[in-house]
Amino acid sequence: MTTAVVVFPGSNCEHDVVYALETLGGSADLVWHRDTDLSGYDSVVLPGGFAHGDYLRTGAIARFSPVMAEVNRLAAAGAPVLGICNGFQVLCEAGLLPGVLLQNRDLKFICRPIHLVVESTDSILTRAAKVGDVLEIPLNSYEGNYTASADEIASIEADGHVPLRYSSSTGTVDEGSNPNGSTNNIAAVSQGNVAGIMPHPERAIEKILGSADGRVLLESFLQSKVATVV
Amino acid sequence: MPLHQALGMTDDEYGTVCDLLGRPPTEAELAMYSVMWSEHCSYKSSRAFLGRFPTTAPWVVVGPGENAGVVDLGDGWLAALRIESHNHPSFVEPYQGAATGVGGILRDIFTMGARPIALWDQIRFGPLDDPHNRYLLEGVVAGVAGYGNAVGVPTVGGEVAFEECYAGNPLVNVMCLGIMRKEQLVLGTAGTPGTIAVLLGSSTGRDGIGGASVLASASFDADSDTKRPTVQVGDPFEEKKLIEACLELYDRSLVVGVQDLGAAGLSCATSEPAARAGTGMDVDLDTVHVRESGMTAAELLMSESQERMMAFVHPSSVNDVLAVAAKWEIDASVVGTVTAGDTLRISYNNQVVAEMPAASLSEAAPILRRDSGEPFWLEDLWTNTLEYLQPPDITRCLLEVLADPSIGDPSWVYEQYDHQLFLNTVVGPGDNGSLLRIKGTDKALAVSTDGNGRQCYLDPMRGGANLVYESALNVAMLGAKPMAVVDNLNFGNPEKSEVMWQFIETVEGISQACESLGIPVVGGNVSFYNETDEADIYPTPIVGVLGLADPAPRSVPRLNRAEAGMALWMFGPRNSRNLAGSSFEKIIKGHVGGRPTGPDSTTGKAVIELAVALAQNELVPVMHDISDGGAAVTVSEICIASNVGAHLQYSSWVGLFAEAPHRIIAAVPPENFAAIRQLAEDLGVPVSELGEFGGHRISFDNPVAGATSLSVDKAADAWRGAIRSRMSH
Repeated sequence: MTTAVVVFPGSNCEHDVVYALETLGGSADLVWHRDTDLSGYDSVVLPGGFAHGDYLRTGAIARFSPVMAEVNRLAAAGAPVLGICNGFQVLCEAGLLPGVLLQNRDLKFICRPIHLVVESTDSILTRAAKVGDVLEIPLNSYEGNYTASADEIASIEADGHVPLRYSSSTGTVDEGSNPNGSTNNIAAVSQGNVAGIMPHPERAIEKILGSADGRVLLESFLQSKVATVV
Repeated sequence: MPLHQALGMTDDEYGTVCDLLGRPPTEAELAMYSVMWSEHCSYKSSRAFLGRFPTTAPWVVVGPGENAGVVDLGDGWLAALRIESHNHPSFVEPYQGAATGVGGILRDIFTMGARPIALWDQIRFGPLDDPHNRYLLEGVVAGVAGYGNAVGVPTVGGEVAFEECYAGNPLVNVMCLGIMRKEQLVLGTAGTPGTIAVLLGSSTGRDGIGGASVLASASFDADSDTKRPTVQVGDPFEEKKLIEACLELYDRSLVVGVQDLGAAGLSCATSEPAARAGTGMDVDLDTVHVRESGMTAAELLMSESQERMMAFVHPSSVNDVLAVAAKWEIDASVVGTVTAGDTLRISYNNQVVAEMPAASLSEAAPILRRDSGEPFWLEDLWTNTLEYLQPPDITRCLLEVLADPSIGDPSWVYEQYDHQLFLNTVVGPGDNGSLLRIKGTDKALAVSTDGNGRQCYLDPMRGGANLVYESALNVAMLGAKPMAVVDNLNFGNPEKSEVMWQFIETVEGISQACESLGIPVVGGNVSFYNETDEADIYPTPIVGVLGLADPAPRSVPRLNRAEAGMALWMFGPRNSRNLAGSSFEKIIKGHVGGRPTGPDSTTGKAVIELAVALAQNELVPVMHDISDGGAAVTVSEICIASNVGAHLQYSSWVGLFAEAPHRIIAAVPPENFAAIRQLAEDLGVPVSELGEFGGHRISFDNPVAGATSLSVDKAADAWRGAIRSRMSH
């Protein structure tokens, strides 16, 4: 039961994701973007970073990396596939999730802890959380501003595919608690066994580094694994 | 103009080259000497004085002279550290100048075999009311963020300050720290004859030609924009791949030595490793992978194209090295062979274009003993003190000081930097210093970088020494024992005697402080010619201190841990009454004069030991040193971070704003009073019980003048808007 953590040239959060999953009792391997066989893995994380330098457009080149055929196959087979930050951008570019991530509203990189409110527990990211929980998780991105066509937004909202939104520390969702301009304060999108999240849960698993609120999200992911494989 | 002059060389230096070679140099040779003998590469004005620094200690593995200093952390761990400046390129092209500064310092660290784990940025600009200075700040911060974030090394701290003297010449210094296991250490040596030189990474182009000589080693004037083509362009994606490829080469022991290509490019990466190994080298420029055709030999040898490394490889490992490069998708070319003897021989288009003793490029560089002399205006400056007939409005002055961009909240800057990657950042930006854990051990590394140009202008020796004590104290308050220093010495034009005097005094001050504290200087950088239109910057040394906490305290003192009911104490000398060089006089009175208080080595050392003991024994949840802005600002910063008020008794208002060294404000839980008093007494450190934390106002109370106060919210608003409000228009 091992998670494949994909390393694109330019990825940089891969070691942190492996460390976090192992700390939480999971097991994980780094796999290079040229690998074309992920049999033996039951789940996938696309970590944060700058795959292929983010050149052309974030995730635009990564979607053509050889490993993506296997990521698509696993996603179709029902294995949990999670994209964090740059990984979320790759999943959107690859068509595994709807929408795109634009430059932040203020055209500046943002690295600071923000708050997320749990809106649904029907996702591989939040199944172990409670609706209404407010989590403090670090955000670390320049292109974190989620948007999609009006139809797509209406559809993911109607289908309950937004498990987490940017909020205040008390869980209020409004413009003042929106760090980057994301439509409807969307911080994560989840469709079945595929999810993308812009903030970094792997950076919030130990109190000594500021917050342990990310544990519940990665624990949800690890639990999803078992549930799906059975 | 003769070619050597266009390349930044004097007639004397040209004559020396002719004597060395016994003939006039070829164009390629002249290019090589001009960059290698430039101020930036050869340290010709400073080298005679840098020997003053204490550089040895039992834990020093590699001292100054290599690409980075290396110290032993115990249990098989080593740390590599280095600081560099990119002042001139950042003024000409702020984004790329700052970005390539980050790229360059990273290569210095992973050249040693270490994985770079953190960066610190020390940046200084002219006042923010000038749109050009806002443009420079915006561009430099975006460049550091754009490169550092993408290359995947967190920027965990630094300092930002503003002063008129930096308007024509901003300072951009960057420090990097790496860690490695002992067996991974690699040096910049060419090895033995027969070793193969493999050039890794980006292709070589015409960018950055003359960066070290024409740009970094000369002063600025109105035409400086025309030097923009001498600035290199950075590609963090190439660097990221280069880092990973090099670390794999070290892991698999595939190289005997490595040298990065920074200033002076191929000229340096061939001659220096050969000189260190006592060998020669044959280099064939036709094999270098290039990004444009038709380059001359001189251009190839001078190019400062970024993201390149030279690996020295045993012939049997060449194929493995090329395979690692292919895996990480970087280019690689076999460009040379190490030879017996001492001759560096460069060929191009099947002709020898340069032939000289390899060591002549580095070791025969001129050493200048420039004139130095105490500035004629120094006495006037020292006696130019302000008289205060009556006390000022303390809270109004405090608000004004808190709202100053050099004092106020720097989060506008550091929130643009990834400061958390690698999950090591226990204490990040916005605190006394940074604390990084080493996962899988009980150890943590603390770093603080500090500068104070105004104090150093008023007294370079005292100012330089104070910085060492300040940085060491910042590290100590995180529970770490200071163990090594790097410094970046930013000065004006060394051809002026007062600038050389400032330089020599600063080196002396730093050296004395290091000797008193028993911490060696393991590396550094000198940046001269920081002048525009003949106006020199303040002498501005930047000091970085590395400390080791072993074991790291479980609960580290931080600014945000003060609570109502804790006592407010000060440790260190009492009755500081000197406002010379203070932020108060600069901001409130627009005055820079007088002579700042210097260090007291006995007290300075004792306060540092006390701070380590208090943190290690987890006796105080908050410690914060008194520095820029004085005790009033120190207390305010604790109150803002902790969102709690404080009540403080003072005897003289001057003491609230004085910036004398060796003083700490702490929040003290009552149950630890006795233990702390005992510790301080044992170490001979005075304790002043000044008040307590509580409520939501910061109040200052004096038996004669009575109490005056302001709300924490009001202080916080002033402090938080200092940079942010000025950058939002």
